[in-house]
Amino acid sequence: MADLSDLLALYRRLIAARLRAQLQYRTSFALDSTGMLLISFIDFLAILVIFANVPQLAGWTLPEVALLFAITGLTFAFTDLAIGHLDLFPQLIRDGNFDLLLIRPRGTLFQLLTADFQVRRLGKAIGALAVLAYALANLRIDWDPGRIAMLLLIVPTGVVIFASIWVATICIAFWSVDAREVSNAFTYGGQFLGQFPMNLYDRWLRRFLAYVVPIAFVAYFPALYILGKPDPIGLPEWLRFTSPLVALAAAFVASAVWRFGVRHYQSAGG
Amino acid sequence: MLPLSLRTDLEIARRGYQRYAAYPLATAAGAFTNIIFGLMRGSVLLALFAERQRIGAYDAAATITYVWLTQGLLNIVAIWGWQELALRVRTGDIATDLIRPMHPIRALLAAEYGRATYQLVFRGIPPVAVGVVAFHAALPSDALVWLAFFASLVLAVAVSFAFRMLYNLAAFWTTDTRGTMILALVVMTIFSGFTIPIQFFPPWLAAIAYATPFPAMVQIPVDIFVAATAGPPVLVALAGQLAWALAMLAASYGLFALGTRRLVVQGG
Amino acid sequence: MSVPAIELEHVGKDFVVRRAVGRLRRETDVVSAVADLTFSVERGSLVGYIGPNGAGKSTTVKMLTGILVPSRGRISVAGLVPTRQRTQLAQRIGVMFGQRVQLWWDLPLIESFELLRYIYRIPPQTYERNLSTFRRLLDLDEFLRTPVRQLSLGQRVRGEITGAMLHDPEILFLDEPTIGLDVVARQRVREFLLSANRERGMTLLLTSHDLTDIERLCSRILIIDRGRLIFDGDIDTLKARYGKERVLVIDLEEPGPALQLDGARVIRIEGPRQWIAFDGERLSAAQLTAAAAAQAPLRDLTVQEPEIEDVVRRIYQERA
Repeated sequence: MADLSDLLALYRRLIAARLRAQLQYRTSFALDSTGMLLISFIDFLAILVIFANVPQLAGWTLPEVALLFAITGLTFAFTDLAIGHLDLFPQLIRDGNFDLLLIRPRGTLFQLLTADFQVRRLGKAIGALAVLAYALANLRIDWDPGRIAMLLLIVPTGVVIFASIWVATICIAFWSVDAREVSNAFTYGGQFLGQFPMNLYDRWLRRFLAYVVPIAFVAYFPALYILGKPDPIGLPEWLRFTSPLVALAAAFVASAVWRFGVRHYQSAGG
Repeated sequence: MLPLSLRTDLEIARRGYQRYAAYPLATAAGAFTNIIFGLMRGSVLLALFAERQRIGAYDAAATITYVWLTQGLLNIVAIWGWQELALRVRTGDIATDLIRPMHPIRALLAAEYGRATYQLVFRGIPPVAVGVVAFHAALPSDALVWLAFFASLVLAVAVSFAFRMLYNLAAFWTTDTRGTMILALVVMTIFSGFTIPIQFFPPWLAAIAYATPFPAMVQIPVDIFVAATAGPPVLVALAGQLAWALAMLAASYGLFALGTRRLVVQGG
Repeated sequence: MSVPAIELEHVGKDFVVRRAVGRLRRETDVVSAVADLTFSVERGSLVGYIGPNGAGKSTTVKMLTGILVPSRGRISVAGLVPTRQRTQLAQRIGVMFGQRVQLWWDLPLIESFELLRYIYRIPPQTYERNLSTFRRLLDLDEFLRTPVRQLSLGQRVRGEITGAMLHDPEILFLDEPTIGLDVVARQRVREFLLSANRERGMTLLLTSHDLTDIERLCSRILIIDRGRLIFDGDIDTLKARYGKERVLVIDLEEPGPALQLDGARVIRIEGPRQWIAFDGERLSAAQLTAAAAAQAPLRDLTVQEPEIEDVVRRIYQERA
């Protein structure tokens, strides 16, 4: 446990240094943040357009879908904030600069994840919060301690799940830097998918989203619980509480894939 | 024998093509991503038709075709961010472009068509093929429709290119355009009809969309393809694309002249 | 007998290279970047590791520092197996790549040092002591608060070397540390490294294309070519081996036959230009020039010092 506090302290210092560097460019930071805020509103615009045409989408109303949108958006925004710079990792491999991480007495994944911090992505989180506020205001939720706890837990567990997907899929760069775009299908694709109810999708796609790339555990299952809504697919209720476990499993898988990737890099040559 | 300038255009276009052909794995990865997104968007949009038969001129079948066609068009028309010209302006490399015999914008346009040709084959066909084979997307049966579609596609590339030129040329006057660029891209994505068909927009929003050049990049060619636009309105649509392309290209040339004069006078 | 700082036993590294043959087919080749290396380095030595481009130098250093896993053989650095005990080893070694930026690009130099302090878990006393020493010896104060991206190459190199040594590594690996530096800066870096070796007993493995660096710093030289060690000895042995061969490049007024000169031989002719190799210990360039001028009118001349490639080529030719 001494190790964990050491890691956190190091992370804090790295982030503080990055923050100082980023906040030096005040106007560009303000513009970026505003841009991000507007972007999340425009993303929601698509949902509004959909509901201008139909009263319900696969049995879900606008505020209900807004809830899914907000949870997914908030989760993705915080993940992006913390590890969005992971998208630069393929370039690191291509330049041979990944070697520089291997010569330091710290885990390579740790170094990479703590290398930067995208403060400007906060704008997207604020946008998602606004949509969340709209959703909660328009839904009749039977609040109890369980539901409140779920609401608070959603984002941290969701961040771990998204981050795991991001790390696991970006590992493709260890084998082929050119193929790095495949990762987008899962990360940005995952965000897109998570905004809509699972029963919208074909059975095989649903299974993929629940058991392989566990997007369903980011927003869908927790939302079902908060809404007190019976699952249109008919899956068991206890599934709604398993998100933290899924997050742990996902993190485990991601770090295993990463280690596998590093070993390949060390054999196949930079 | 082709005149020299046209030969140069073709030469540059060929290089534009080869530049993208050099990375087959990246292209394959991109095509894979296109197909995945096609699956997702298809599922979502189709769900609307559980409640209704038609939305605007689109029915379920047209929407399926729309989804797979837009996934194919995405990379041909290249509505995503592109900063090459802006980078060259900022680093000063633009100076070397100025002493070359061909105008940089024209050279970029030629390269653009080379790129678009490559991506028509390798990023355009795969999603459309998947859509047709696995999801019953419909191909036009009328040869005239195909002709009109390809004319529209050629114009769409020009419109998209010209717009990209405009926001790149802002680099002559500002140092960091990234935040506004991203915003522009998101606006572009919605109003080009790429996220949701403009057919689904409420009338006031559709009016705003058509006041911009963005539908000319995606929605107009798609509407011709799925026959949402048919008969004489097709010619009107094509004329509209042409007008946008010419207007924005003229503006690009103008801004470029202004910007380079400023550069030369101030010494970059 | 203490454990050697570095030990390699029949180490080899193969890479699989895929080549496109024709339009669709691909051929795979196995390339041996390192064929068979065996040597050991005692603690406190200053070793130069040289060879032509593509000889396997970088690959060796990468295997020693835990970046690459060898295809065969045994490696031990500071008593550890590099790829198996990577983070442990990283604590005990310092690595500096001359052509790469290891410091934080947009942060002031001192902040990079602070971050390294926590990354390497350097005790406060050690950190303060080392920092003040390096500040003094390398004159860091004038740019300590400047962001790394604004530093000149010479300043950055001084910063990078400091960064590599703050945690008191037992072994320092330097890969082309002085590349691009001017003569004065090189000298200063060399002196600094010598004192570090003397005072801290730090083992040094230096790869460089600069023969002067190697000559002035290293007591022992290892030459690698095509993945094999072709020379392992001290500088005097190396000099004796290839002698003091220099090359006089003469431009004659007009193209002509090869000049006949005592103690020298023409190794190449291109039009009016002739390359003449001679033993620098027995003949001076001035003497040779005079002898050449006596035979044919000269227009211009230069003197070339032996390149490491030439040295290696000669040694390799000898072995062949």
